[in-house]
Amino acid sequence: MAFNSLGREIPESYAGRKLVPYRDPYALVPQGNLAARALRRVNPGASKRLASLREAIEASGLGDGMTISTHHALRNGDHLLNAVVAEIAAMGLKGIWIASSSVHPVHAEIIPHIRSGVIAGFQCGVNGLIGELASRGALACPIVVRSHGGRARAIAEGSVRIDVAFIAAPCCDEYGNMNGYYGPSACGSLGYAQTDALHAACVVAVTDNLVPFPAAPISIPQTLIDYVVTVERLGDPAKIVSTTTRITTDPVGLLIANYASQVIEASGLLKDGFSFQTGSGGISLAVSDKVRSAMRRGNIRGSFGCGGITGYFVGMLEEGLFASLMDVQCFDQEAVRSIGKNRAHQEIGADLYANPFNAGAMVNRLDCVILGATEVDTSFNVNVNTESNGYLLHNTGGHSDTAAGARLSIIVAPSIRGRLPIVKDRVTTVTTPGETIGVVVTERGIAVNEKHGELKEELIRRKLPVKEIGELQREICKITGTPRPLEFEDDVVAIIEYRDGSIIDAVRRVKD
Amino acid sequence: MSDFKLRRSLLYVPGNMPSMLQNIPIFDCDAVIIDLEDAVPMSEKDAARHLVKRFLSTYTDRNKELLVRINPLDSRWGYEDLKVVLPAMPDGIRLPKADTPEIVERLDTLLTEFEEELDVEIGRFRVLPSLESALGIINATGIANSSQRIFALAFGAEDYTASMEIERTKGGEELFNARTRVLWAAKAAGIQAIDTIFADVGDMEGLRAETELAKRLGYTGKCLVNPRQIEVVHDVFAPKQAEVDYALQVIEAIQRARLLGTGVIALGGKMVDAPVVKRAARVLRTAYAHGMVDTLIDEEAIHGVQ
Repeated sequence: MAFNSLGREIPESYAGRKLVPYRDPYALVPQGNLAARALRRVNPGASKRLASLREAIEASGLGDGMTISTHHALRNGDHLLNAVVAEIAAMGLKGIWIASSSVHPVHAEIIPHIRSGVIAGFQCGVNGLIGELASRGALACPIVVRSHGGRARAIAEGSVRIDVAFIAAPCCDEYGNMNGYYGPSACGSLGYAQTDALHAACVVAVTDNLVPFPAAPISIPQTLIDYVVTVERLGDPAKIVSTTTRITTDPVGLLIANYASQVIEASGLLKDGFSFQTGSGGISLAVSDKVRSAMRRGNIRGSFGCGGITGYFVGMLEEGLFASLMDVQCFDQEAVRSIGKNRAHQEIGADLYANPFNAGAMVNRLDCVILGATEVDTSFNVNVNTESNGYLLHNTGGHSDTAAGARLSIIVAPSIRGRLPIVKDRVTTVTTPGETIGVVVTERGIAVNEKHGELKEELIRRKLPVKEIGELQREICKITGTPRPLEFEDDVVAIIEYRDGSIIDAVRRVKD
Repeated sequence: MSDFKLRRSLLYVPGNMPSMLQNIPIFDCDAVIIDLEDAVPMSEKDAARHLVKRFLSTYTDRNKELLVRINPLDSRWGYEDLKVVLPAMPDGIRLPKADTPEIVERLDTLLTEFEEELDVEIGRFRVLPSLESALGIINATGIANSSQRIFALAFGAEDYTASMEIERTKGGEELFNARTRVLWAAKAAGIQAIDTIFADVGDMEGLRAETELAKRLGYTGKCLVNPRQIEVVHDVFAPKQAEVDYALQVIEAIQRARLLGTGVIALGGKMVDAPVVKRAARVLRTAYAHGMVDTLIDEEAIHGVQ
């Protein structure tokens, strides 16, 4: 065991890999070259079409102990990962690793295959039951949680080698050109799958919407695709994208959003060229709404909106408040509609979005990002992976990537959740280091990281409720009381990789 | 009683909801009215008043005026509400169904008794009577003068329309006479007038229109049913920049006048005297609350040392 710079106890090795403890957000310099894969040749006249997933798995040469991947743009509506794992199980393969871009609650279906040894572990974070069972010691499989940028980095540098990538392709031709814009399972951007297509040893496109050649526009080109398989349904359209994403109506959430937007205005970043990212949560959208009003008032022309894109950002693009959108994933139907017809709505891959080990990711150009948290501590470290019960329930997403990249990262969160205080002495799990967090906004006050001293002065001048983070914590705990700390066993159920591959924290089994 | 305290927004908070009570400190309304009456079902009357008492006694860092709407004094809960809640020191009582001066006088007497018992200054607990029936509206003038504790009259349109056997509309034509009568009584007594709630929390435009109407008539505040309504109401009651600029000039002019030993002076060709100064002072206090001016206007600066 070793302690990383945040005082987190990190095992020497995990799942057969030697670990590097996290030290700081920017210093780790990569060694070596981009991971390579074998050259291929497909001669004229050859067909890439195969009749079934089974045939594709056989053709791919997938064997025991190898690694597969899918992307999560179909979110909780995805059928593909479950279908692939079921087929792999039926073929009698064992010890397969999953390196998808994320795993959702819908994938709880694969739990029996974890128990039976078909699935050996996860080279990715998990949302929902799998993480909960692992946390309770009820499921034995290693889990390596990565951010979106960290996943792109791990694949590009070869520390994660995907043997077969199964790419759900909502609009695809028989030669493998694809996009996510059209078809019954349209999901918009295929940003996360781009990394897989570039680096996996074998790439299988799976579609429920085979269109005449060529499928244009091309998001992922035929040159990267080995096989094409059609299936009945890639997913459940109702769960792939939300019909609409809505602004919160909760007065507490609106108050938080109001403070956050005032922080942005006070930061001086809200001027021509402003670049911005938010999530799709109700508070985030309310912040966007306020920022939009402020941009209209000030006649401000932003440069780009980034990340997971909602109809809200589409509205801002169409109104001219942003010059472009950099879209790694679409969150709602409006975003899907837009990306299919507006050239300024640019699809970007995870590498361009957030990989720290390239010549500069889009997050490096962000002025401001709005992020959530399940917990924050008095050193501004943020947890989004585990809940107050200690269970691993959420993936990192772009949290630590955007926090590191943006000039100002703002955490918005209610001060009390489920009767528990959100600000703690020590977060259960560090997802994102406090050094990369600018401001924490709750309904009971705004805490500013000391590296933003000028902003703090300006907020005080504007009579906003600025508090030291410890003061904020005391105030919240006066209402909630101080919760008894969780107790953990020594065994590690998951590790949290920072975006550069060093280990920022380990998730341990919760004591019964 | 002259009272310049800003009461633009008086937010109702149900007295039986801990999750809402705990958020009272965070919203920037001028006052809250913690409700033990209509919001609380009969089965929770006892629990609610104890909850409110506990909340008030832990809410030591008070940042807004705290009123408690008790149950009517002729109900089986009204007296008990006072008995439990007053030791936790709310600023005042919102009295429902204040139909006659006698009802308010009865509350006044009870409050005096409690003040003696609690050993606090007589008159500490203020009263906001609700005029919410035809009888209450007719008696508005008497009610306004029935107790020194009264700092404002509140108009309650929901119960009023019920008592009139009419529907309340968004246009509010049916309320016009009652609204005006409450205002006259309040202004004549030198106290504030607080307008009724706007129940449709999704309709911000409707809220804005009704608040603008109330402001034009002379109301200085409004009761609210949801914190989301605060922003609109404050926005409506916020003075315009031109008003603020003019008020600053008025104050400067009257200070100059005082140095010259006179109470009247001309500003831009118009006479500035006491009523103009009074209006200017009110504008500046409101402007201060909105962060439009940096310093709170000083009584002495306006009137000189009394």
